[in-house]
Amino acid sequence: MAVDPQRPSGGTPAPQPGVPAPEPGVGKPDPLLVLDQVTRTFGGLVAVQVDHLEVQRGTITALIGPNGAGKTTLFNVVSGFDRADGGEWSFDGQPLAGRPAHRIARYGLVRTFQLTRTIARLTVLENMLLGATAQRGERLLPALLPPLWRAQEREITDRADELLDRFRLTKLRDDHAGTLSGGQRKLLELARALMTRPVMLMLDEPMAGVNPALTQSLLGHITALRDEGLTVCFVEHDMDVVMGISDWVAVMAGGRLVAEGPPYTIGRNRAVVDAYLGKRHDEPEAMGEEA
Amino acid sequence: MDFEVILSDALRSGLGPIAAIYALAAMGLNLHFGYTGLLNFGQVGFMLVGGYGLAITVSTWGASMWLGVLVGLASAIVLALLLGLPTLRLRADYLAITTIAAGETLRLFYRSSWAEPTTGGVFGLQRFAKDFYDLNPVPRGSYGVWLVEFSARDMWVLIVAWGLVVVVGILLALLVHSPWGRVIRSIRDDETAVRSLGKNAYAYKMTSLVLGGVLGGVAGMLQAIQVQSVSADSFDPAVTFFLYTLLVLGGAGRILGPVIGSILFWFVLTFLDSALRQAIDSGVISSDLISTSEIGAVRFALVGLALILLVAFRPQGILGSRKEMLLSGR
Repeated sequence: MAVDPQRPSGGTPAPQPGVPAPEPGVGKPDPLLVLDQVTRTFGGLVAVQVDHLEVQRGTITALIGPNGAGKTTLFNVVSGFDRADGGEWSFDGQPLAGRPAHRIARYGLVRTFQLTRTIARLTVLENMLLGATAQRGERLLPALLPPLWRAQEREITDRADELLDRFRLTKLRDDHAGTLSGGQRKLLELARALMTRPVMLMLDEPMAGVNPALTQSLLGHITALRDEGLTVCFVEHDMDVVMGISDWVAVMAGGRLVAEGPPYTIGRNRAVVDAYLGKRHDEPEAMGEEA
Repeated sequence: MDFEVILSDALRSGLGPIAAIYALAAMGLNLHFGYTGLLNFGQVGFMLVGGYGLAITVSTWGASMWLGVLVGLASAIVLALLLGLPTLRLRADYLAITTIAAGETLRLFYRSSWAEPTTGGVFGLQRFAKDFYDLNPVPRGSYGVWLVEFSARDMWVLIVAWGLVVVVGILLALLVHSPWGRVIRSIRDDETAVRSLGKNAYAYKMTSLVLGGVLGGVAGMLQAIQVQSVSADSFDPAVTFFLYTLLVLGGAGRILGPVIGSILFWFVLTFLDSALRQAIDSGVISSDLISTSEIGAVRFALVGLALILLVAFRPQGILGSRKEMLLSGR
C-alpha cells in the first residue's frame, strides 16, 4: 500500500496558511515527550543544546538538520544510550534523565537505529519474540520450567505472526535475520520494536539505504501506525519524505533547535535555509538577524 | 609397538574423570563465550577458587567437606561478581583482559609464602576428600569393558563427574532454548539492540558470568577431589586455553560441543603421548630425533597443528553450524 509522499497527512488539524511559523520550543497541546535544557558536549564541542522541545502525542514529528546537527546524539541521549551533561526530559510525565536505556524502553519510548540492529543468528521470528516485554520465561528460574511460559510464548508468537504478516515478512519467518536484505532488516527492526507495544517510536533515519519502493511502503506503515494512535519521531534527510509524511518538523543546526513548525512553513523559514545553505553575509536581512 | 596399549591409554583418558572435569569447566565457558559472547580468559581462576575453597575449608579449618563444597561454590560466585561488576558495562575486550589477569593473580596469590598458613603455598593442600570417598558405593575391585579399566575409586569420581555433565547439560539445554536463552544469544550478536527492547543486558551478562563461573568452580572442586590435592601451579593459564581448544573443537554454542570436544581432546592428546612413547621405545622413531622427555612438548605441538587445521577447514567445530558462524559478523 503505497502512500503519496506529497499527500498532506491527516493527524492534526491542518494549520491555517499564512500563520507565521512558531518560535522554536513552542508549547503544544498534550505533549508526550518534553525536553528541557538538554545538553551533551564532547570535550569542547557542544553536540546538543536544546532549550525546550515538546513532542505532541499522536503525531509524526520529523527531526531534520544538516550533518553534524546533533540529531542522532539527541536521540541517543533521550533514549538513554548516551549520557547527558545536563537537562531534564520526561516521557508521559515520567522523568527520564539518568535512567538506563532498557528502563526507558519499558516506559514505552522505543527506538530503532540508523545502522539496523537485527540479531543475525536468530531467525526472523525469534527476533520478533525477543521484542515482547514482560516474558516470564526470560527470568532464570522460570526459564527452566517450560510449562510456566509456554502459553505466553504461544500468545506472543501469534502476535509476532500478525505483525510479520502486516510487514510482509511471513515468508522469511524461519530464515536467519543475517540473511535478509538491508530493506527487509529495516522492516524487521520496525516490526520488532512494535512487539514491545510502544507508546512512542523514535526512528533514526528509517529510510536510509532503502530503495524507493520500500520507502513508500515504510511511509505507509508509519502513517498507519500514527493513525492507530502511536506517536512517531524520526530523523530524516529526504525533504520529500519529510514534507509528505510529517505533522510537525523540528530543525536542528549546530546542536540547537533552530526552527519548528508544520512542514509547509519550514521550507520558507529563514533559519532553516541558513542552516542548510549557509548565511549570505552580503544580505542586509541576514546581517540584521545576526545582530 | 603395542597398539592395544596406545588405544587403551587414549580411551581411558577420553572417558576418564579428567575429560569429564574439563567438559564441565568448558560447559561454563560455552555459556560465557558460546552463548553470551563473553570473552572469559580466566576460567582457570574459577576452578582455582573452587578447588581451594573446598581444600582450605577441610584441611586448614578442619570443617566438613560439604561445607567446603559450599565455600567453593560461594568463592566462584564472588569471583564472578568481582570480575563482572566493573567490566560488564564496558566493551567485551575489557572482560578478557581482566579475567586473564585475575586468573594469574589468583594463582600467584594462593602460592605466595604470605598465604602459606592458609593455602599451603607452593606445597598446596592434600587429603581433604575423605568424606567423598567414604560415600563410594562401588565395591572394591576394578571395572571395565574391552581395553578400558578403572579402579573402584576412579569409578566413583567418574560416575559423579559424568553424572554432573549430564545434569548440567540438561539444565543448560533447557536454559538456552528458553526465552532467557533467546536474550543471551541476542546479547552475543548485538547487546545494544537487546537494551533498546527493554531488557537489562547487564543483568543477563552477570547471570551468565556467575553460572558459567560456578561450573568452573565445580570442575575445580572435582579436580581437587580426584587427586586429593590442590597446588596453585596446576591452575596455570594454559588450562583456560585447553578449555577454549576443546570448546572450539567440539563446537561453541552447542550444548554437546564441550562434551564431545573434551572426550576427543583427551583421547587425541593421550593417544599421541602413548604412541610417541611406544614408537621411541620400539625404535620406530629414533631417540636422537625426539627423546622421551620431549614427548610432552611434541604432543602439544601436534595438538596446536591440529587446531590450526581445524580453524582453517572446519572453524565451526564438529557440531557447529557453518551457516550460523558466517552470519555472526553481519
